[in-house]
Amino acid sequence: MQLQISTADGIPIYQQIVNQVRHLIAAGRLQPGEELPPIRVLAEQLTVNPNTVARAYLELEHAGIVTKRHGSGTYVSETRRPLPQREKTKILAKRVDALLTEASHLDIELSEVIKLLRDRDGVMKAEIQK
Amino acid sequence: MKFPSPSSAEALIAITNLSRRFNSKTVLNDLSLYVPRGSVFGLVGENGAGKTTLIKHILGLLRAEAGSVRVFGIDPVSDPVSVLGRIGYLSEQPDLPGWMRVAELIRYTQAFYPKWDAAYAEKLREQFGLNPAQRLKTLSKGQQAKAGLLAAQAHRPDLLLLDEPSSGLDPLVRRDILEAVIRTVADEGRTVFFSSHLLEEIERVSDHIAMLHEGKLVLCGPLDEIKAQHRRITLRFETAQSKPPAITGALSVTGTGKEWTVMCNGARNELPAIAATLGARIVDEHAASLNDIFVAHAGVSMDGPTAQSQSTS
Repeated sequence: MQLQISTADGIPIYQQIVNQVRHLIAAGRLQPGEELPPIRVLAEQLTVNPNTVARAYLELEHAGIVTKRHGSGTYVSETRRPLPQREKTKILAKRVDALLTEASHLDIELSEVIKLLRDRDGVMKAEIQK
Repeated sequence: MKFPSPSSAEALIAITNLSRRFNSKTVLNDLSLYVPRGSVFGLVGENGAGKTTLIKHILGLLRAEAGSVRVFGIDPVSDPVSVLGRIGYLSEQPDLPGWMRVAELIRYTQAFYPKWDAAYAEKLREQFGLNPAQRLKTLSKGQQAKAGLLAAQAHRPDLLLLDEPSSGLDPLVRRDILEAVIRTVADEGRTVFFSSHLLEEIERVSDHIAMLHEGKLVLCGPLDEIKAQHRRITLRFETAQSKPPAITGALSVTGTGKEWTVMCNGARNELPAIAATLGARIVDEHAASLNDIFVAHAGVSMDGPTAQSQSTS
């Protein structure tokens, strides 16, 4: 599990760990049932306070993303609890806002942006089928 | 100003209303802080803010002129043996006897500490890559820092006290020092107090921080809370502003033209209304880095952090 911590942009370190673990799971780089490094190992690897790692793991556990097994370690949950719709929309809305801002700067009409989204979706699906 | 403090039972170091003057200059000004047991406590401040003077009081090298200093509940000036025997101390420039060899330093330091762990010292020596036969004066600055760290750590002190430990060292040695800090708390739940002007390392390894500015404490508390309270909010005005807009409760206001960034401390909820009366709207909001927070506070007047300050830098 490779994480990158930065203190430049102000996001709390525990939050960065939570976000990146979620991302790794979404990207398939952490599989259900896979073990996360023990708290002190990750703390030394990232040179961050062990309590910070513990807090990140606790948040991930509360969100049902990881499961603590008594006396052994922390594992990616087997049954992934899907994110609520509102949460999903929130994550995507930020990306969409950035896209729309850029489109407006480039004088690209909304209808063109929508067409581009459809086109790209087609290209990506075709690539997956190869 | 007063900051919430843990009860004295939890405080490994308790400093109450400490003041110190050198000639006519006030170096520490009515300073109170409590270091919880088992914490990594980071002391932040620019050069000359009073960090080393504060650390000298903890070590009992300076007597409190006003106020009190207690370490493990003991006055370090009246009972230095009880206090220093439980502290591992590394200064910015470890004052090692240059003619000694590494192995001699280890034997020499061991003599001072009944609880010295020879096996642990040997493990650290190997881990730090220190040659036992080498004379200390021939070690690089980074290796000297590691030798100093070994001497500070091998008696497994209840309190590891580091004064600017990574000043002037390369990133690899800095990493070794930070790892030692992490291992100290992770393995044994011991307490670490360290000062640094490198805010990145403070943010990485501390769970509590204090910010010193011109001898006064401008901020003190759990890092999580301090991070959660401070927000950077960017306002966009209808018309360009020739000078920083006056915003009640802001620590600092910086920007040019139509966009100005406000640093606020807990006053987030009132900001939309204030912005509306000024004909501005919030266009961006970010978490603040420790550096942003420090700059906002260090620019603050001596009346305290709630006073309004403006800066165009």
